[in-house]
Amino acid sequence: MKILVPVKRVIDYNVKPRVKADGTGVDLANVKMSMNPFDEIAVEEALRLKEAGSAEEVIAVSVGPAKAAETLRTALAMGADRAILVETDETVEPLAVAKILKAIMAEENPGLVVLGKQAIDDDSNQTGQMLAALTGRPQGTFASKVVVEGEAVAVTREVDGGLETVKLTLPAIVTTDLRLNEPRYASLPNIMKAKKKPLDTKTPADYGVDIAPRLKTLKVAEPPMRSAGIKVPDVDTLVAKLKEMGVA
Amino acid sequence: MKTLVWVEHDNAVVKDATLHTVTAAAKLGEVHLLVAGAGCAAVAEAAAKIAGVAKVHLADDAAYGHALAENVAPLIVDLMGHHDAFLAPATTTGKNLAPRVAALLDVMQVSDILSVEGEKTFTRPIYAGNAIATVESTDAKLVITVRTTAFEKAACEGGSAAVEAISGGGDAGLSSFVGAEIATSERPELTSAKIIVSGGRALKDAETFEATILPLADKLGAAVGASRAAVDAGYVPNDYQVGQTGKIVAPEVYIAIGISGAIQHLAGMKDSKTIIAINKDEDAPIFQVADIGLVADLYNAVPELTGKL
Ligand SMILES: Cc1cc2nc3c(=O)[nH]c(=O)nc-3n(C[C@H](O)[C@H](O)[C@H](O)COP(=O)(O)OP(=O)(O)OC[C@H]3O[C@@H](n4cnc5c(N)ncnc54)[C@H](O)[C@@H]3O)c2cc1C
Ligand SMILES: Nc1ncnc2c1ncn2[C@@H]1O[C@H](COP(=O)(O)O)[C@@H](O)[C@H]1O
Repeated sequence: MKILVPVKRVIDYNVKPRVKADGTGVDLANVKMSMNPFDEIAVEEALRLKEAGSAEEVIAVSVGPAKAAETLRTALAMGADRAILVETDETVEPLAVAKILKAIMAEENPGLVVLGKQAIDDDSNQTGQMLAALTGRPQGTFASKVVVEGEAVAVTREVDGGLETVKLTLPAIVTTDLRLNEPRYASLPNIMKAKKKPLDTKTPADYGVDIAPRLKTLKVAEPPMRSAGIKVPDVDTLVAKLKEMGVA
Repeated sequence: MKTLVWVEHDNAVVKDATLHTVTAAAKLGEVHLLVAGAGCAAVAEAAAKIAGVAKVHLADDAAYGHALAENVAPLIVDLMGHHDAFLAPATTTGKNLAPRVAALLDVMQVSDILSVEGEKTFTRPIYAGNAIATVESTDAKLVITVRTTAFEKAACEGGSAAVEAISGGGDAGLSSFVGAEIATSERPELTSAKIIVSGGRALKDAETFEATILPLADKLGAAVGASRAAVDAGYVPNDYQVGQTGKIVAPEVYIAIGISGAIQHLAGMKDSKTIIAINKDEDAPIFQVADIGLVADLYNAVPELTGKL
């Protein structure tokens, strides 16, 4: 089977985002961008399934600006076989991304689509579930373990109370949580090889998807600031403070 | 506007997350609830007593027992024929379910709302809470997940809503529940605790975490949390993780021990009323948000603190 892995180019997780002075968004000029960390985990999982013989081909997809090709090259350098860039400079919301992915699924017929659970820029946590809905397929979200068993996949999910396992018929949609695996680094030879791997460029219009946003962003503001408080010199002072607060 | 709220429950009791969500829904209009589960009539009865609720829809079917999104989403889509907004708490259940509903309705979901600013306008955190966006939906219907810490709990007594039994398509035949490992603990739940003691990578291993953090938590009657690093290293289970991609908490007192204060961790706890940090590095970023900081080796400070309380 084929595995489709959608990867998003986002602000690097080590960068502290700054709100633009005019309140229209977050300043991304000259900011380090990387693959969404959950998507690295998704790529890794797809590669492991391929290495275990459960899949033959891993296809990475990104919806975004021309520079998202770099993110796709990273996926290719990790080991993905080919990539599709759906190029647009517009902001594409999860619902529209899901519609594009649905169209790609119809062309490629993957047995599994492995996405990140959440993009660390919009923090939406929607795309995988939406894709599952649009294609009428089952979803295993927040996965910490994925086991392909014939025509089905068992997904262990990180839930609020602990862990839960569900069994899904293939094709299925899986979204990754942090404990699923530790993504590999791309080696230099593999980075070189990735430059020669196929990367198709398309547009949302090629898939007939209207990407006009449904949510209007009226304003982006800094969150209320917390100021640093006091430092206490020793445990006794801390105990006294806790008593003052009525905690102890 | 008529709203439909997903009741979070375990087929026996209504979870607190529901009560916070009801408060958010009431800001939009009339509140109806959906109790979907298996053998959950008692939940519907309790839900009917929540203050401000006009009606409870009860879908009692083996297929809804584990809230599988494949089975439950079509039920909600049917009910959305006569509701204007669907709201679920931003719990793992709500986050799993709501986007499936939204896509079936061709609606762009508004995730994790912090406030209701108007009929279709909300604030929500983006970039790990480093920015707050005000967004307006242009869709005909609303699908929303609610950050529970941002809304007070509705009173669980005072209402007397009618309970109406409904039925849906049942098992969609796409997925099945295999099993769960749900930890049961005498401790308060992380998301509703008044005091939380959290430990980080500095706690070395599961035994050290237990021996250091738990006695302090016990003394304070606190819930126990952790950083991602502590969870990844296996000191504690995944459901202890506080942060951008873990649980969002806002207790009266949050005590961070051996946690550096990465933005992803702060995203989950910086709305706590009082933050206390114990860290041996005086430059640790956690001190930039802490109300009370103690620069010390936790292996001396924490046992001493526990002893003196
Ligand atoms: C996509 C993504 C999502 C993430 N989501 C989350 C999340 O939800 N929650 C989360 O917490 N993190 C999350 N992280 C991880 C986050 O970036 C940090 O790596 C993590 O929070 C660090 O954990 P820590 O503070 O325990 O460890 P460290 O950063 O290693 O800090 C350990 C601290 O302990 C102190 N220390 C060491 N020894 C002692 C001692 N003897 N006494 C006192 N202090 C001591 C050190 O000074 C240091 O400050 C995420 C990361 C990514 C990429
Ligand atoms: N523009 C995009 N291109 C490719 N994949 C995406 C894009 N947006 C979201 N995704 C995928 O959907 C996941 C969840 O994103 P979100 O719903 O935005 O939090 C991400 O981790 C990606 O796997």
